[in-house]
Amino acid sequence: MPAIIVEHIAKHFARVKALNDISFSVEKGELFGFIGPDGAGKTTLFRILTTLLIPDEGKALVNGLDVVKDFRKIRQDIGYMPGRFSLYTDLSVEENLNFYATVFGTTVAENYELIRDIYIQIEPFKKRKAGKLSGGMKQKLALSCALIHKPSVLILDEPTTGVDAVSRLEFWEMLKRLQKSGITIVVATPYMDEASLCDRVALIQAGKLMTISTPSEVIKTYPWKLFSIKSDDIFSLLNDLRAYPGMHTVFAFGQAAHVSFKEGLGDEESMKKYLQGKGHSGITISPAVANIEDCFMELMI
Amino acid sequence: MKRFLGFVVKEFYHIFRDYRTLLILFGLPAIQLLLFGFVITNEIKDARIAIFDQSKDEVTRRISEKVLSSGYFILDKNLSSYKEIEQVFRQGNVKLVLIFGADFSKKLDKTGNARVQIIGDASDPNTANILVNYLQGILSNYLISLNARKIPMQIIPEVRMMYNSQMKGVYMFVPGLMAMLLMLISALMTSLSITKEKELGTMELLLVSPLKPIQIILGKVFPYVFLAFIDACIIIILGNTVFGVPVVGSVALLLFESLLFICMALSLGILISTITNSQQIAMMISLVALMLPTILLSGFIFPVENMPLVLQWFCHIMPPKYFITIIKSIMLQGNGFRYIAFETGILAGFTLLFIFLSVRKFKIRLA
Repeated sequence: MPAIIVEHIAKHFARVKALNDISFSVEKGELFGFIGPDGAGKTTLFRILTTLLIPDEGKALVNGLDVVKDFRKIRQDIGYMPGRFSLYTDLSVEENLNFYATVFGTTVAENYELIRDIYIQIEPFKKRKAGKLSGGMKQKLALSCALIHKPSVLILDEPTTGVDAVSRLEFWEMLKRLQKSGITIVVATPYMDEASLCDRVALIQAGKLMTISTPSEVIKTYPWKLFSIKSDDIFSLLNDLRAYPGMHTVFAFGQAAHVSFKEGLGDEESMKKYLQGKGHSGITISPAVANIEDCFMELMI
Repeated sequence: MKRFLGFVVKEFYHIFRDYRTLLILFGLPAIQLLLFGFVITNEIKDARIAIFDQSKDEVTRRISEKVLSSGYFILDKNLSSYKEIEQVFRQGNVKLVLIFGADFSKKLDKTGNARVQIIGDASDPNTANILVNYLQGILSNYLISLNARKIPMQIIPEVRMMYNSQMKGVYMFVPGLMAMLLMLISALMTSLSITKEKELGTMELLLVSPLKPIQIILGKVFPYVFLAFIDACIIIILGNTVFGVPVVGSVALLLFESLLFICMALSLGILISTITNSQQIAMMISLVALMLPTILLSGFIFPVENMPLVLQWFCHIMPPKYFITIIKSIMLQGNGFRYIAFETGILAGFTLLFIFLSVRKFKIRLA
């Protein structure tokens, strides 16, 4: 049986439709990602899964338990890390961890194995107040607290938002290790590059699921021929490319522009001529392989 | 039980690490009590007066002496014309001017009718009123002593003020302050500490934990029961040692009733926190909706009996009113439980009602 089953969930806030007919399931031991911009409905969905909100329509099961009826049992089973840092800033690292362990009726010693890899990195600061930790360390502490009662399902709402690139990578490595110990992990992120690290990803936008599949399948479905174009002046390059007739998409991608043309309308030669005519220098045009971000951008327009 | 204790320990950490909370908890009661006791008092001592004596005879001199030796008044200035009256009032030191008409003793002897004028500075009406009353009292006493030689018929009331024979204002303020401070600390502090968790988002995690609402609520309240109880003791001890307010009745009973009142105020604080998510609103409700009625409608400063009927009804649903009645009864009159059973019952009823409502209104989810 899947760890999470969601069927036709909908949720309104006043006149805003936060979630609209959402259905999916997450297998046991899977690392499942939700990608979507701010306000897409990720947090609302996660709050329904963590029994904090009741859906208007549809039903959701976590470990076979209904999120509305069996909320008490679910609360014992899941680990939740809210999008906002929600630990006690006036308690030390150690005290926070002990508190959550006690509240879930366990001790730090009992489940230390599970959090050791993560906690060991912040242990040197265990006497420090949680409010005085750096962003990356806060995330590690919050993850430790969410794991301390050995949950079978871990729900993480944008755990890497506001964390530097190195800490983000580290964090995902930790998630991979946790997954190996058999924990089902559901994670939301606004960063598309993190999608390729999940087993499966769901793209969510304006309360609707756009697609659910593995990262490699998502890439395979990209329909256009893609070029990577560079010049010495990236800013006017983007503007000129957007003005080019027959252009489908233009996205800045690092120091290059990722460009796709409408059916049969663009080729390298005429493009180069057009850009030279606009006074660009140092032009390089090369075919590119679509990555997961290109695919999502394509799905979202 | 272990979960509950863990929660309580966490609450104590919060309280002891926030020096502002500590200051409110322990500084406020002492400061308030001393302020109210020393500064805000309606007893009059050594009020400055001016005397304009136009006759300067034996009788007026004797009256003046009596007035000045009463302990209530000090002579600021002897005036010699009407013009000076306005002047001394404007200077602001003099609260009262006593004027004897010309040929005072002659008129008194001949017609039995002599004129005295009292002019008060009514920019502070309460003080002016009290001073005028004192002065009239002294004058009529003197008149009685004059009459005693002439007319045998007289009615002399012998007044005795029970339970507070020296009419000390502090006897009034200590019970009132106790009600006010315990209300403030208990209701304000709990409502703030719960809404704080909501604001910081930590409530989200508490809700996702297996903690039951009653465990969260009791865990929040327990430390404050303890701390507010210490406050009650501080107020009683300070009142007794600094202001000499006695505890005539049973101290144990007094402490028990204080504990009951604290529980009532705490459950009210919880109720407030269940209807709002912001610390600011919780604070406004606690201060405006609780403090003002506690001060104004509980009989603390203004007697309930003198209020318009509608306000009197309001007074009857103010828990502090019953608590003040209880403390006065125990501290000043030395009554036993039998005399305050009714009020105790009402406080207990309020407590149960508030707890019931809080547990029912406590949201086990976010919305």
